[in-house]
Amino acid sequence: MNMAEGLYRTMRLIRRFEERAIELVHAGEIIGGIHPYIGQEAIAAGVCAALRDDDVITSTHRGHGHVLAKGADPVRMLAELTGRATGLNQGRGGSMHAADFSKGIYGANGIVGAGGAIATGAAWAAVKEGSDRVAVSFFGDGAVNQGVLLEAFNLAALWRLPVLFVCENNGYATTLTVAQAVAGSITARAEAFGIPAVSVDGADAAAVLDAARDAVARGRTGGGPSFIEATAYRFDAHHTWEHKARVRYRADEEVAAGRSRDPLDIQGVRLDAETRAGIDADTETLMAEAVAFALDSPRPDPAGALDHLYATGLRGRDGIGLLDTAVR
Amino acid sequence: MARLSYLKALQRALADEMARDENVCVLGEDIGVGVNNVTTGLLAKHGPLRVVDTPLSEQAFTSFATGAALAGQRPVIEFQIPSLLFLVFEQIANQAHKFSLMTGGQAKVPVTYFVPGSGSRSGWAGQHSDHPYGLFAHVGVKTVVPATPEDAYGLFLTAIRDDDPVMLFAPAGSLGVRGDVDMDALGPVPLGVGRVHREGTDVTVVAVGHLVQSALAVAEQLADQISVEVFDPRTLHPFDWDGLAASVAKTGRLVVIDDSNRMCGIAGEILATAAEQMRLTVPPKRVTRPDGAVLPFARELDLAVQPQQDQLLTAVQEVYKSSR
Ligand SMILES: Cc1ncc(C[n+]2csc(CCOP(=O)(O)OP(=O)(O)O)c2C)c(N)n1
Repeated sequence: MNMAEGLYRTMRLIRRFEERAIELVHAGEIIGGIHPYIGQEAIAAGVCAALRDDDVITSTHRGHGHVLAKGADPVRMLAELTGRATGLNQGRGGSMHAADFSKGIYGANGIVGAGGAIATGAAWAAVKEGSDRVAVSFFGDGAVNQGVLLEAFNLAALWRLPVLFVCENNGYATTLTVAQAVAGSITARAEAFGIPAVSVDGADAAAVLDAARDAVARGRTGGGPSFIEATAYRFDAHHTWEHKARVRYRADEEVAAGRSRDPLDIQGVRLDAETRAGIDADTETLMAEAVAFALDSPRPDPAGALDHLYATGLRGRDGIGLLDTAVR
Repeated sequence: MARLSYLKALQRALADEMARDENVCVLGEDIGVGVNNVTTGLLAKHGPLRVVDTPLSEQAFTSFATGAALAGQRPVIEFQIPSLLFLVFEQIANQAHKFSLMTGGQAKVPVTYFVPGSGSRSGWAGQHSDHPYGLFAHVGVKTVVPATPEDAYGLFLTAIRDDDPVMLFAPAGSLGVRGDVDMDALGPVPLGVGRVHREGTDVTVVAVGHLVQSALAVAEQLADQISVEVFDPRTLHPFDWDGLAASVAKTGRLVVIDDSNRMCGIAGEILATAAEQMRLTVPPKRVTRPDGAVLPFARELDLAVQPQQDQLLTAVQEVYKSSR
């Protein structure tokens, strides 16, 4: 499969996954809601296309795109979102913690900015082992104001670690605009630490891939960290609760203008129509299978609610919160 | 028998584990030189990829250790002062500790967080004198407070080998303690197994960390009137509830001495569990810092807030005298 097709296929998968997931949220099958990634697909697809299976990523609360692009099985991923025992995390993580360690996916993360230092540590472990693995941390524009992330930039630059920081600037941290939140420029935050930083069009997967290839090559050959700011527009709500909360913070014209640059179309026109239709059809089939699998899968047994709390299998005492325990 | 100091025991445990396992590395502030004397000599021996002097970036290096652990390393982090743990509660309680469950068992985070000098160090005042072990036990992070040199050695070894995050608090008040130790018998001490330092039949005293020495002194002082059993839990989570129950079954009376704040503290947990599940013949007592205390600077004020040996003595006498 050529690269243009591969990028489109990944983006199409993310888009349909998100659309189907939103339907499942509204149907009450996904509880807690999701943070849709629609509009930002080119970033995950472009960056992950530059990675190997053994490279590591850390992701965010808006993590589905990254996790899918890095190679997690969409079927088991949807089962995770619907809280099934067959899910990637056996129903213990859900949308905000989906992870697949066999693919280097250290998980979505519910705390803004938390993944940066974790990825930096994983990059350091690669160096210590003598491997040329790289680690990528995805985060939003809101995260550049988190102290721990800036501390991580310093460590990564100081120790020339193979970590790629990818800031997805979608203009908003929930409702707060970048202009209201960020003093100076986003790339300047990285440059202040001596980290090479570029800004790319995050609606164009090929442009993202180009930037990511440079950064990954630098990391693999001992050149240290890199920073990519990918600008994009979040087409949908910050989180699916917005449909109920009816908060308004973006003008209709702005949303329409943002949506007019659809990353799927930007990449789609690079394929012939027949190829594109074929990929769309394959994705449709795959997602139908994923939805059926998820909804048919068993739910986890409540008696195992604290399974995996400790890697060593330690069991603490039950409180009064555990169902099904006769003796307390 | 050889004399071994508590501090030397910590140093030896770390050195032994680093020699035994390539993946063990240590991170922290001023550890190359070894200002806390635990990491002395390790940089020269293992180099900067295993002994990592970090900038003052507690939040970053704590989660950095998580990332390294997820990728197969076994980092040990040295924290210069206990209050730094307040800075990194997110990184430990909310990240490292939660990875295993949230990933459905895909991930393990074998990091040891190590505080050589927890609690009051005379004159260090409000921001350097806390003993925040209860916070970590509460959220479920494995939490260890050794009281003796051989336990310091053995529990540090176990903490490093454990596949979960483990907090190890070495009380400032213990660092100077020396003990007669059979060097050949030094080895790992399991988590969750307490130790009876002195047998007794009238009152069980549970003492945490450096207060074990105070409890032993009190037991000695009262020896001709009251037979005091001194129980050292060694790990606060997991806690050796069976060991405690066995002791309370003999004595029926319980006093806990713990150098952390009373409200929501570990001493309260011990009393509550004993009240719920053990056969206490009289109401138990605890000797702790006051609710929400901040350690004041002046020596007499600092001491006024810490639980004292004479307070323990009084509590033991009162519990002993109170009617069944
Ligand atoms: C440290 C932290 N603060 C606040 C929140 C609540 N929160 C979740 S997402 C979000 C906005 C994040 O914005 P950004 O980093 O730009 O990412 P985006 O949502 O745009 O993808 C906030 C405030 C959180 N999860 N973590």
